[in-house]
Amino acid sequence: MKETSLQAGLILAGILFCLGLLSLLIRRNFIFMLLSVEIMLNAAGLAFVLAGARWGQPDGQVMFLFILAMAAAEVSVGLALILQLYHQLKSTDSDAATRLKDEP
Amino acid sequence: MNALIACIPLFPFLGALLLVPGARHYSPGLVKLLGCGSIALSAICTLMVGWSFLQQPALVVNVQLWNWIRSGALQAGFSLHVDALSITFAFIITFVGALIHIYATEYMQGDEDYARFFACMNLFVGAMLLLVLADNLLLLYLGWEGVGLCSYLLIGFWYKDPANGAAARKAFIVTRIGDTAMAVALFMLFYHLQTLNIAGILQLAAAQWSTGHTTVVLIALLLLGGAVGKSAQLPLQTWLPDAMAGPTPVSALIHAATMVTAGVYLIARLHLLFELSPQVMLLVASIGVITLLLAGCSALVQRDIKKVLAYSTISQIGYMFLALGVGAWHAAIFHFFTHAFFKALLFLGAGAVILAMHHEQDMFKMGGLRKQVPGVYRCFVAGAAALAALPYITSGFYSKDAILWLAWQGPQANTLLWIGGLLGAFLTALYTFRMVFLTFWGPQQHHIHHYPGISIRLPLSILTVLAIVAGFIELPHNLGHVTLFSGFLQNVLPATGVHASSSLEWIAQLLSAVCCLAGIGVAYLLYVKASPALERFTQTGLAQYFTRLWQKGWAFDELYDLLIVRPFMALSRLLRKDAPDKLYTLLGGITIKAHHILAGTQKGLLRWYVLSVLIGAVLILTAILLHLKPTTT
Repeated sequence: MKETSLQAGLILAGILFCLGLLSLLIRRNFIFMLLSVEIMLNAAGLAFVLAGARWGQPDGQVMFLFILAMAAAEVSVGLALILQLYHQLKSTDSDAATRLKDEP
Repeated sequence: MNALIACIPLFPFLGALLLVPGARHYSPGLVKLLGCGSIALSAICTLMVGWSFLQQPALVVNVQLWNWIRSGALQAGFSLHVDALSITFAFIITFVGALIHIYATEYMQGDEDYARFFACMNLFVGAMLLLVLADNLLLLYLGWEGVGLCSYLLIGFWYKDPANGAAARKAFIVTRIGDTAMAVALFMLFYHLQTLNIAGILQLAAAQWSTGHTTVVLIALLLLGGAVGKSAQLPLQTWLPDAMAGPTPVSALIHAATMVTAGVYLIARLHLLFELSPQVMLLVASIGVITLLLAGCSALVQRDIKKVLAYSTISQIGYMFLALGVGAWHAAIFHFFTHAFFKALLFLGAGAVILAMHHEQDMFKMGGLRKQVPGVYRCFVAGAAALAALPYITSGFYSKDAILWLAWQGPQANTLLWIGGLLGAFLTALYTFRMVFLTFWGPQQHHIHHYPGISIRLPLSILTVLAIVAGFIELPHNLGHVTLFSGFLQNVLPATGVHASSSLEWIAQLLSAVCCLAGIGVAYLLYVKASPALERFTQTGLAQYFTRLWQKGWAFDELYDLLIVRPFMALSRLLRKDAPDKLYTLLGGITIKAHHILAGTQKGLLRWYVLSVLIGAVLILTAILLHLKPTTT
C-alpha cells in the first residue's frame, strides 16, 4: 500500500471522527446523537483497517470486527435507553434529561 | 452487735432505694412509713449499740462487710469502725434525723414530689452515717461526696425556680474546692504511709513524722481545706446562706445539725495529724474566731429568718473550730452535740413560723406571733436561749463556756482568741433575741395560715427538752464537775488538762454570762423599747454602711466574683475561639467551598459531559504530543 493513500485514508478517518464529534455536540435529539457515535466508531474502525493494511497484519481487521460487535451491542442498549427516556420525558431532547443533577 | 451496726447505715439506704422507683405511684401514707420508718429503725439500732458503748466506753468494734478496692497496698473495704466518737455522731444523725423526718411529713404535706424528698433525705442520712462510721478514709470520702450530692439535690429541691438551682450549684461547686484539697491530702497520706485505714494512719503518723514536719503540716492544711469547705468556714463560707433556698427541714438536718459538722468530725477523727502540726492548729482556731465574728455581724442585719439561722450556724461551727484549734477536742464535740439539738429546734420552729405565715420569711413582716402560736413560741425561745447561751439553765451555755474557758486557760490558750469568742457570744445573744423579738413580739401583722399539727409539735417538744437538759451531762469544775460526756469520749480523744483555780473559772463564766445578758438587753432596747439613742446610732451613715455590707455577708460574693468568677469567664470566652480551632475550621471551610464549586460542574446535560470528555482528551493528547520524542521507524 502506498504512503499517499494511507495518509489520505487517515485524513478521511479524522474528518469522519470530527464530523461525528461535532454532530454529537450540537445535536440534541437522542437518536441523532446515537448516529453520531456510530459515525465516530466507524471512523476509528477505518483507521484500524488502514493501519492493518499498511503493515500487512490481520490485527487491524480483527479490531474492526470487535468494533462492529461492540457498536451493535451499544445500539441495542442505547435504543432501549432512549425508549425508556422517551416514556419518562415524552421527548427525545437530551437537555430535558437533567434529573441526576446535583441540587445545590 | 455486728449485725446491728451494719443495720445503722443499711436502713436509710434501703429506704431511699425503695422510695426512688415508685416516687410517683406510692400513696403519701406509704411514703411517710418508708421515709420515717427507715430512719427510726436506724435510730433504734444506734440506741441499742450506744447502750453497750455507754457501759463500756473503751469499746471499739470493727465490722468488715465486704471488699471494695484491693490493689497492692491499697486496701479499702466497706468496713465500719465504731467507737465513742462515731457513735456520738451516729446518734445525733439518726435521732435528730428521725425527728426532722417526722416533722417533714407535715411540713412537706401536699408537695408534688413528696416521695423524692424523702428519698433524698434518706440517702443523705445513709451517706452521712457512712461518713462517720467509715474505717478508712476512702469510704469516708465516699460518704463525704454522698452528703455533698444530697445537699445539692435538696437545696435545688424546688428546681422550677432558677434561683434555687443556682444556689444548689453554688453549694456544690464551692464545697468541691475543699473536697479537691481533701482528695490531695488523701493521696499524700497514702503515698507516705501506704494505708488509708484511719487507725493505721494515726498509728503510723506519730512514728513517721516529728512535730512540725513539713509533710504533715501540708497534709493537715489540705485536710483543713476540705473541712472549711464542708463546714462553711472562712474562706469558703459563702455557700451556706444561699443553701437556705431548700425546704426548711433540709436546712435543719443538713445545713445546721449534721452535714456542716462533717469538717469538725474530720479534724477530730484525725486529731493526731493536727497535733503534729501546731501551726495548723493555730490556723484552725483563728479561722474559727474570724468566721464566728464575721458571721455574727452578718446575722445581726438579716431580714430573712432562715438567713439569720444560717449565719448563726456558720458562727457556731466557728466556735467548734476554735475549740478544735486550741486542742479542746471534747468541748468541740460537746458543742456539736448541744448545737445539733438547739439549732435543729430553731430551724424547725422557724419552719413552723414560715408555714404559719404562708411561706413568708421576712421577719419585719412578722410580729405578734407570741399570742398566735404560743406552743411554737415557747419552743423557739428555749432554742434561742440555748443558742444565746443563757447562763446556767441551757445546754448552749455549758458547751460554749467549756470552749471559752479552754481558749483562755487551756494548754494552747490564746487570750486574743478568747476575747474574740466572748465578743462572738455577745453578738450571738444580740442577733438571736433580735430574731425572737421581731418574730414573736410587737404588733400582729398577719393572720395565721396554718396551725402546727402533732407531727410538728412532737419533734419540737422533744428537741426543746434536749436543748435545755443536754448540757447537764457535762458540768464545769466549779459546778459539780460532771464529766459524763468527756468520760465517754476520753478513749478516742485526749483530754485537755487545765491547771487553773476555780475562782478564775467563776470569772470566765460570769464574763460570758454578762456578754449573753448584755446582748439580750441591747436587743430588747433596740427592738422592743426602741430606745431613741440607739435608734439615732443605727441611722448614722457608718451604721447604714455596715448594715448594707453585712447584709451581703461582708461582700464575699462580690469579692470572689471579681477575683475568680469574672477572670475565669473571660478566660473561657477567650479560649472558646482558640487558634488551633481556627485552623481546623479553615480546612473544613475550604473543603465545603471546593465541594460547591465541583458540584456546579455536574449540570446533568449530556452534551456538557461530552464536551468535558473532549476537552480532557485534547489536553491529554496535547501533553503526550509535546513530550513525545521524535522516533524513527
